[in-house]
Amino acid sequence: MADIRNAPHVDMLRSPLGRARGLGSARSGSTHWWAQRLTAIALVPLTLWFIWSMLRLAGASQSDVADWLSSPVRLALMLALIAATFHHLQLGMQVVIEDYVPQEGVKIAAVLAVKGLCVLLALICAISALALGLII
Amino acid sequence: MRDVRDALMVARDSDGKLVRRPLSPHVQVYRWPLSMALSITHRITGVGLGIGTLLMTGWLLTAATSEAGFERFQYFLGSAVGLFLLFCWTLALVFHLMTGLRHLWMDTGHGFDEKDYHNSGIAVLAATAALTVLIWVAGLMIW
Repeated sequence: MADIRNAPHVDMLRSPLGRARGLGSARSGSTHWWAQRLTAIALVPLTLWFIWSMLRLAGASQSDVADWLSSPVRLALMLALIAATFHHLQLGMQVVIEDYVPQEGVKIAAVLAVKGLCVLLALICAISALALGLII
Repeated sequence: MRDVRDALMVARDSDGKLVRRPLSPHVQVYRWPLSMALSITHRITGVGLGIGTLLMTGWLLTAATSEAGFERFQYFLGSAVGLFLLFCWTLALVFHLMTGLRHLWMDTGHGFDEKDYHNSGIAVLAATAALTVLIWVAGLMIW
């Protein structure tokens, strides 16, 4: 009996094409992969700009930073950098956790925790940047 | 009913006989080529940069909150520990950026020949070293 059960056999009536049309086991198709590429492409110029800006601001005082962010273009670039960074981060962390955490419950909890944390950090960064650029 | 993933591991060979799909050997079997080392380091630096976002968050948050708090944070960044963290962060960021560009290039279907694969890996390492040194020389001159 055990032999028959272990021999290769088909016990699902779903073709690979049907599976692809159903967008795969995560039901989202290539959306995740595509979002990660788009944020990666956006982050290439944004990160170079960020490194350049941080070099110029080495040892800056609070008012220097506020002055720097009072330019609408810089504030917009900063907000774009924050959005792209944390979106890219939570997409990447999800893949890493899904690959290395085998227990389903722990996996879901870890993915949700990381995503929640990323949203919170992104909000803190964005609100701080807005406060610096618009108020202080 | 078996798990769907198990069910999908069944296929037909060229004679039409049902067979279990073969699995590739586990990672420990392979000699470590450069590409494998770069690939896992790309992941590790990605996670490291995730932790590094706390540095950016702290910097923006203290700057938006109080002058004294921001000065303490800037003082911390200028200390030995702060400079060490910033250096690791720069190295990880530049490395992740360079391997990321290599991955985007490979996404367009290029660079999969054994030679290109290896050479682009060397180029990533060289560019990472050069850019990191350049950033720190410029940074220390400005600071």
